[in-house]
Amino acid sequence: MLRVCLRGANATARRNCGRTPLTNLQHCRHYTAGETSGGAAKVVAAGLVTVGGGIGGAILYAKWDHKFRAAVEKNVPYSDWLLGLALGPASQDGGFPVKTQMEIAQPPSMMEKQMKTSKAKPEKKVKEAAESPAKETGPVPAQPAQSLEEASAEATHIISAISEVPSVPAPCDTEAAAVKEECKETAAVQPDTESPAAAEPIKERPVEEVAARLAQQDQEEQDIVASISASLEESLASSAKATLQAIGAQEAALQAITRHTHKLKEAMEAEEKSAQWKDLEAALADRTGAVDDAGAALLKANEALDSLKSVIDKSKGLKASAVRPLVLAAEENLHNMVVDLDKVVTKVQSAESEAKIVSQYSELVNEAKQQFQREVSSLTPEIQANWKGLTGKLSVDDLNALIAHAHRRIDQLNRELAEQRVREQIHIDAALEQQKLEDQKALEKAVNTSLQHFKEEARLEQERKLSELREVMEAEMRTQLRRQAAAHTDHVQDVLKVQDQELRAEAEQVLSSKMLEQETCYRQLSQEQLDNFTLDMNTAYARLKGMEEAIDSHVVAEEQARKAHQLWLSVEALSYTLKTADADSPTVPLESAAQVVRDSCGDSDFALALASALPEQSLQRGVYSEASLRARFNSLRSLVRRVALIDESHNSLYQYFLSYLQAVLLFEAKQEAPPAHLSSEDLDPFKLLSYASYCLEHGDLELAAKLVNQLRGEARRVVEDWLTEARLTLETRQVISLLSAYANAVGLGTTQAP
Amino acid sequence: MADEYGRKWDRCLADTALKTVTGLGVGIVFSVLLFKRRTWPVSLGSGFGLGMGYANCQHDFRSPYLIHGHMVKVNQIQYTVLCRPA
Repeated sequence: MLRVCLRGANATARRNCGRTPLTNLQHCRHYTAGETSGGAAKVVAAGLVTVGGGIGGAILYAKWDHKFRAAVEKNVPYSDWLLGLALGPASQDGGFPVKTQMEIAQPPSMMEKQMKTSKAKPEKKVKEAAESPAKETGPVPAQPAQSLEEASAEATHIISAISEVPSVPAPCDTEAAAVKEECKETAAVQPDTESPAAAEPIKERPVEEVAARLAQQDQEEQDIVASISASLEESLASSAKATLQAIGAQEAALQAITRHTHKLKEAMEAEEKSAQWKDLEAALADRTGAVDDAGAALLKANEALDSLKSVIDKSKGLKASAVRPLVLAAEENLHNMVVDLDKVVTKVQSAESEAKIVSQYSELVNEAKQQFQREVSSLTPEIQANWKGLTGKLSVDDLNALIAHAHRRIDQLNRELAEQRVREQIHIDAALEQQKLEDQKALEKAVNTSLQHFKEEARLEQERKLSELREVMEAEMRTQLRRQAAAHTDHVQDVLKVQDQELRAEAEQVLSSKMLEQETCYRQLSQEQLDNFTLDMNTAYARLKGMEEAIDSHVVAEEQARKAHQLWLSVEALSYTLKTADADSPTVPLESAAQVVRDSCGDSDFALALASALPEQSLQRGVYSEASLRARFNSLRSLVRRVALIDESHNSLYQYFLSYLQAVLLFEAKQEAPPAHLSSEDLDPFKLLSYASYCLEHGDLELAAKLVNQLRGEARRVVEDWLTEARLTLETRQVISLLSAYANAVGLGTTQAP
Repeated sequence: MADEYGRKWDRCLADTALKTVTGLGVGIVFSVLLFKRRTWPVSLGSGFGLGMGYANCQHDFRSPYLIHGHMVKVNQIQYTVLCRPA
C-alpha cells in the first residue's frame, strides 16, 4: 500500500517534475513573449504615430501649399480622395477663369439690355417734350420755319442716303455712348438679374434684323426730329410773339417815359396850369401803365425765352444729329431776341434814369415852391393861393413885411448862393463821384451784358461753324459711301462677268465632251466594221497560206525523210564497222564512216555534235570489241590479284611479297553477281574482280568498267590501260547508239503513216 | 600497264641478281685479298649487293611514274621505246 502510494507519488512527482519544466518554460516563454509582445506593441505604436504624424503633416502642408497638394495628388494614387475629404475640393485656381468668363459674358448682355432700355428712354423724352407747356400755335415766324423746313429736308435726305447704303450692324454705338452713364447706374441695380443671362453669347444679327432695326431707328429719329421741330416751332413762335410784345411794350414804355419827361419839363418851365398838370398826371399814369405793361411783357418774354431755352436744352440733350440745325437756328433766334430785349430794356432804363433826374428836379422845384408858399402863407396867413393876383389887395405892412421877408429871403439866398458857390466844387466832385459810380455800375452792367451777348454770339457762331463742318463731313461721308457703293457695284459686275465666263466655258466643255463621245462612238462602230472585214480577209488569207505551207512542208518533210534515211544508213554503216573487230585487234578506224555520218547529218546540230563527239582514238585507231576486252580482263585478273594489297602509299617489297602470298592463299568466287548498292566491304579488289567478271560474262561492259574503276592503288594502275580501252569502246558504242536512235527517231518522225 | 608491271619485275630481278653477284664478286675479292679468305666479306658483299638491289627494286616500285631512260645508239635505227606512264 505504501509502496503503491510511493510509486504513485513518485509517478506524480515525476509527472510534476516533467510538467514543471514545461510550465517553467511556458512561463519563461510567456514572459519573454510578453516582453517581446510589449516591445512589438511599442514598435507598432511608434510606427503608427510616425505614419499618422506624417500624413497629418502632409495634409496640413497641402492645405497651405497648393502646388504641393497637386504634386501629392498626382504622384500618390488615392491621395486626392483623402485630401478632398480632409480639406475640401482643391479647385481654387479653376474658379478664376469661370468667374472672369462670367464677368466677360455680363457686359455684352448688359449692353444689349441697356440698348433696349435706352431705346425706351428717348421715346419718353420725346413724349415729355411733346407734353411741354402747350403754347398757342399762332403765326409761325418766317425765318425759324424756313430753317426748320430746310433742316427737316436735310434730315430726310440724310436718312434716305443712310437707308440706300447698307451699313455694318453697329448701331448700338450711337446710343450706347449716350447711355454709358446710365449703364453704370443700372449696373449696380441689375447685377443679380444679369448673372443668369450671362451665359448667352453675342451673335451677329442677321441682315433683316439689322435693316429692320435701322428702319426702326430711322423712324424713331424721324419721330424725334418731327416732335422736336414741332416743339421748337411752338416755343419759338410763342417766345417770338412774347418778345415782340415785350419789345413793343418796352418801346411804348420808352415813349411814354419820354413823353412824360418832356411834359414834366414843359410843366416845370411853363406856368402852373391845371390842364398841364392833368396832362402831366395823365402822362404819368400813362407812363406807369406803360412801364407796368412793359414789365409784365418783359416777364412774359423772359418766361417764354426760358421755356424756349429749356426746350432747346432738352432737344440738345437728345443728341439726334438731324435736330442740330433746328436747335442751332432756335438758339440763334433766342439770342437775337434776348439781345433785342436787352437793348430795349437798356433804352428804357436810360430813359427812366433821365426821367428820374427830371422828376427829381421837378420835385425839388415843387418843394421850393411849396416852401415859398408856406413862407408866404406863414407871413400872410390870410392870403391863400394865387398870390400873384392879389397885388392890389395887400396892405402896406403886408407889403413891407413881404418886402422885408423878400429881402431877408434874398439875403439868405445870396448867402446860400455864396455858400453854394463855395461848395460848388465839392458838390460837383461829389456829384461827379456819384455819377462816376453810377456810370461805372452802368458800364459794368453794360459790359457784362455785352460780354454775355458776345459770348453767346461766339458760341452760336461756333455752333454754326460746327454744324456747317458737320454738314460738310456728312456730305463727304455720303460721297465716300456712294463711292464705296459704286465700287461694290463694279465689283459685283466684275464677279458676274467672271461667273458668266466660267459658266459659258463649262457649258462649252460639256458640249464638246458630248460631241467627242458621239464621234468616238461613230468611229468605234466604223472601226468595228473594218475590223470584221479585215478579220475575214485575214482568215481567208491565213487559210491560203496554211495550204501553201502545208504543201511546202510536205516537200520539206520528204526532203527531210530522205535525209533521215541517209543518216540512218550511215549510222548503220558506222555501227557495222564496230563489228569488224577481231579477237585481239581493234576495229577498222571509224574515221570514214564517221565522216559519212557527218556529211549525211546535214543541218542537225544534235547529230553533228554526236558525230563529232566520237573519241579520236576510235576514229584513228578503232576500238576493241567486247570479246577482246573480256579476254584481256581475264588475263589481267591474276595480275590484279597479285598486287591487291599494294596501295598508293610507299610500299616495300615485303608488301609485294605479302600481296603475292594473299593472292596465292585467297580464293574468291570466279563470278559473283554485283549487288544493287555497293557497300564498303564490296570495295575489296577480289570481290570487285568477281563482280566485274560476272558483268563481263553477262555482257555488261559498262558495269564492269564501273566496278573496275573502284580499284585503288597498284591494282588500279595495272588495269588503267584496260579501263581506258573499255571506256573508249563504251563511248563509241554510246555515241553510235545515240546516233542510231536519233536516226531512227528522225526516220520515224518523217515517215508517213500509211 | 600490266606489261609494265612484268617489265618492272624483270628489271628488278635482273638488277638484284647483278648486284648480288657483283657484291659477291667484290666480296670474294676482298676476302681473298684483304681478309685472309674469310667468308664474312663474301657474305657482306653479297648482302650489300642484295640489299642494294632490294632497295632499288623497292624504289622502283614506289615511284611508278618515274620514267626509265634507255640509251639509244645513234648509228642503230631503233624505235624509241617510250615508257608509258601509268
